[in-house]
Amino acid sequence: MPRVVVDVMLKPEILDPQGQAVANALPRLGVSDVSSVRIGRRIEIEFTGEPDLERAREIADKLLANPVIEDFSVRLADAADTEGAHP
Amino acid sequence: MTARIGVVTFPGSLDDGDAARAVRLAGAEAVRLWHGDADLHGVDAVVLPGGFSYGDYLRTGAIARFAPVMEKIIEGARDGLPVLGICNGFQILCEAHLLPGALTRNQHLHFRNRDQWLRVEATGTAWTNVFQAGQELLIPVKNGEGCYVADQRTLDELEATGRVVARYLRGNPNGSQRDIAAITNEAGNVVGIMPHPEHAVEALTGPSLDGLGFFTSILKHLAGAPA
Repeated sequence: MPRVVVDVMLKPEILDPQGQAVANALPRLGVSDVSSVRIGRRIEIEFTGEPDLERAREIADKLLANPVIEDFSVRLADAADTEGAHP
Repeated sequence: MTARIGVVTFPGSLDDGDAARAVRLAGAEAVRLWHGDADLHGVDAVVLPGGFSYGDYLRTGAIARFAPVMEKIIEGARDGLPVLGICNGFQILCEAHLLPGALTRNQHLHFRNRDQWLRVEATGTAWTNVFQAGQELLIPVKNGEGCYVADQRTLDELEATGRVVARYLRGNPNGSQRDIAAITNEAGNVVGIMPHPEHAVEALTGPSLDGLGFFTSILKHLAGAPA
């Protein structure tokens, strides 16, 4: 059954201290050409029937994301997602 | 009649016992409420205690906000039921949209646990009416996600309408915008505070007795409220 993917990211104006901590660790790996890292959350939803993007948007708006500090996007999982999940 | 103050226990609440004790020390009856309760057992006010409800999964307070007991609390709060959210309780009140803004990861990423000075700024709320404006309190703070954020318009409105209840003094422990430690809703019945007044009610265990004022305030508020 196809899944719905919800990506949740902090709004650009909200400080992301986790992302900053990761960015600050990169030079220790010898990486010096990264200017910013921001960390978000990806949620995969499976419906019992057909995937319902409208319903997923409602779930994201009410529970998965806090619109005060986060933006979200909703889409159907595609082949690339499946390959990524099961290499 | 003795005031009855509800203290909610969610899965993962930690400070419900201390909150109930603070309520009793202030002279009220503490009524333990369970997250699955579909009614509030006739309490006169509610405390949402600190802890890690639902393991802080998703976002702090995000899942607790949908607990059955919260439905009644949200309904009651809109009709004037006094509600105090401490730490995780503050996070739940923001997630429930009873208070504006959100609590996010501490700016320095460290869990911060120390005695913290605060300055009380709003003394008209149900939970702060025994304090003097400008009074300084010493109360423990202990949080990993206590950084208060809101958009500039909301922050300006909170300031303009006197809804910043308390600010951090002598060092901001978590990066909260404008040093905000506690806020209230428009009506003043709902207050969210990040530090823990219930841990500062006895000389044996607290850095001061300053926290008791929040609990005596609610008694004073209820005594003056029309029946």
